[in-house]
Amino acid sequence: MRSTNAGKKKGASDDAWSGHDKMKILMLGWELPPHNSGGLGVACYHMSKALAIQGASIDFVVPYTATHPDTDFMTVHGATHLEPLARYGLMGAYDSKHLRQLGLDEVDMKDLHDMRGVQKRYVKFVEQLVKKQAPDAIHAHDWLTMEAGMRAKELTNAPLIVHVHATEFDRSGTDAGNPLVHEIEYQGLMMADRIIAVSNVTKNIIIKKYNIPADKIEVIYNAIDVASLDGYDYDRRTYKYLESLKEEGYTVVSAVTRFTIQKGLTHFIRAAARASEKHDRLVFLFAGDGEQRNELISLAADLGIADKVFFTGFVRGKQWRDAYNVADIFVMSSVSEPFGLTALEAAHYNSALIITKQSGVGEVLHNIFRYDFWDIDVLADQIVGIATSPSLAHELRANVKHEYARISWHDVARDCMALYAKAGSGVAA
Amino acid sequence: MSKRGIVLYLHVHQPLRVRKYSVFDTAERHDYFQEHDGSDRDNQKILHKVADKSYRPMNALLEKLLATHPEFKVSLSITGTFIEQAEKWAPDVLDSFKRLVATGRVEIVSETYYHSLAFFYSLEEFERQVEMHRDKIRELFGVETSVFRNTELAYNNSLAKWAEGYGFKGILAEGWDPILGWRSPNYVYRPVGTEKIALLLKNYRLSDDLAFRFSNKAWEQWPLTADTYSEWANASIADSPLINLFMDYETFGEHQWHDTGIFDFFENFVGKWLSNPDNTFYTTSEAIDTHDSAGEVDMPHTVTWADAERDLTAWLGNSMQHEALRHLYALEEDILHSGDQALVDDWRKLQTSDHVYYMCTKWFTDGDVHAYFSPYNSPYDAFLYFMNALRDVRYRLMESHRYGGLLDG
Repeated sequence: MRSTNAGKKKGASDDAWSGHDKMKILMLGWELPPHNSGGLGVACYHMSKALAIQGASIDFVVPYTATHPDTDFMTVHGATHLEPLARYGLMGAYDSKHLRQLGLDEVDMKDLHDMRGVQKRYVKFVEQLVKKQAPDAIHAHDWLTMEAGMRAKELTNAPLIVHVHATEFDRSGTDAGNPLVHEIEYQGLMMADRIIAVSNVTKNIIIKKYNIPADKIEVIYNAIDVASLDGYDYDRRTYKYLESLKEEGYTVVSAVTRFTIQKGLTHFIRAAARASEKHDRLVFLFAGDGEQRNELISLAADLGIADKVFFTGFVRGKQWRDAYNVADIFVMSSVSEPFGLTALEAAHYNSALIITKQSGVGEVLHNIFRYDFWDIDVLADQIVGIATSPSLAHELRANVKHEYARISWHDVARDCMALYAKAGSGVAA
Repeated sequence: MSKRGIVLYLHVHQPLRVRKYSVFDTAERHDYFQEHDGSDRDNQKILHKVADKSYRPMNALLEKLLATHPEFKVSLSITGTFIEQAEKWAPDVLDSFKRLVATGRVEIVSETYYHSLAFFYSLEEFERQVEMHRDKIRELFGVETSVFRNTELAYNNSLAKWAEGYGFKGILAEGWDPILGWRSPNYVYRPVGTEKIALLLKNYRLSDDLAFRFSNKAWEQWPLTADTYSEWANASIADSPLINLFMDYETFGEHQWHDTGIFDFFENFVGKWLSNPDNTFYTTSEAIDTHDSAGEVDMPHTVTWADAERDLTAWLGNSMQHEALRHLYALEEDILHSGDQALVDDWRKLQTSDHVYYMCTKWFTDGDVHAYFSPYNSPYDAFLYFMNALRDVRYRLMESHRYGGLLDG
């Protein structure tokens, strides 16, 4: 049991933990802003910040060394001296196809060109860290850090919480995926004392594909930090041509995403063609890039809607934010999306949302349209419905705002704290 | 000295729900009301289900009570959309209603045939639907109606004036505290600005004890017994003449299931109430004929029997609902000129207030999603299918009758 030390940090914090030693959380992540390639880093950042406010003392490990502004609420540890961009070795962030099938004992820790080498170094670093001070709970994010999490649990007997933002099934968009990653995920999920899934979509995958008992898994939805989106002025010149089409009565339907199988964009393009049969004032903005880009461009041409579909290529910064702003309708067409934070961003920038039933974010929003990713007629119907009814578009936009604003990182942190306490008491007993 | 009486008034209604009617069906097929997938939009399935759970057992109980207690009486309003579906799929249910009316102690209350909000959009269309309903009731039951209730009990002073001018002797409304103030709903009233029409006001506390709270285990009065309810009724009526119990007919068996004990409860309560020789039941007409007005009631703004707000926001609370009905009623002249009876019928079936009720978003925005009772996944889906059907109505007008346009506003 942790020692209590009443009155020790008087006035330091007014939360549930005051009067106790702060709960020490070892947070195992792979990225933090501004060195993030996706939503994982953003989620980890806001979650940690909210946890710190609620009285947690956080050691956050990343696999590279860099400066992280605005992180003085926790201690960030760099496990290697790599630059942030080199943390996946020589392969891409989400691309596990080329991952070498090696157990960590077969890996040369000095070979930091290789992902497995980086992961081995990460595990060694965590071993050293927990030897200095044992945490009260270990919170590991996704397969990348699960081996380190299991090792830390082994050394300290602290409860291991595995937080699943995406499984290999989601990343690969198929049942295949990388066998080694599957194996690591399976072990991590088995060894974990508690599992956090970011949605029921993800929870069900963990149950069905990895045979983990449902009662070991808790769904804690991601939130959005609305403040971080404010203070931005839309620049109408970024997508000037689309803006002029809007003035002529066109509706802009957008996807802002990576062009991978997981995102279901070929179905979306087919639905775009189907919708265009019924309503000719539709244009489609595909903002992003990825392996499916050429396939999507030629599919749009095959279907005769090439002039209605705009491909931006990779967007960041202003082009990225303005892509949300110019859109009237945001479609999340994913075949499998654990959560889908971008939908909340789109809602913030005034889009009506259409989200597949296979996307987790749809579980927390009600003022949206949902469809099965393969059901192009339903998607087309919904697009045409919004495009031809100002009141429907207005109600969807206005009402979803009440919803996403209600989802807060403080609730996420509160749920995590409760879970740490539960997992901890289970182990101590 | 006349007796103290309960006015039991039950509302019988089923809408014709719009199926998942997509934009690709528009201009292709016109079967908006035909979903045969066993879903909650499958009108035939729903009618069969509610007939088994509610109409058959409750009519059997009402027949029994009428046979057992000479003083038992009940008033019913039965919508045209219900009657049409019962004619097709449950003619025995309709026969049992006929037997009830034939006792002479069951009054039929007048309303719009399509359970519509036409009063607020087109007085001419509203009157046509009232006439259609009176014709249908005459044809089916051989009786005339003399008391009126509007859809969802939506009532205001101008409706009362209309009803008086139209020849009704009574009209029903919600007995809402902010309107009544210190006064009790247990009297006959006169709407402000009228000469002779009577106003009966729902005793919402005693009505809602049955309609909404009866099976609620979190309610401190659960389980409600006939004894307790009799005590409440006696305390409420004291030396006033009436208790107006107005509710959906489907309260019995559908909203409150058989296993909640609602049928036994009700049978016991009727026996208990009538065991006191000072007590009786009145039909709506009898209540009006027997008792004089206790004073004037002023309702300048529309009051309904729905929700905590008692207003029309569940039907006309957002822009989708307004848009749907605006477009629908904008077609009135062209539709009627077309002389195409099938088209006119479909247009009127789309006027049933349930369609816009399913588009209500207030529970979604309040975060109380579980309060959303609808055969659709969301109010947006409801709107989508409705508008696709409405566009098809426009298409039929254009195609066959060269009226109107495919797009409006």
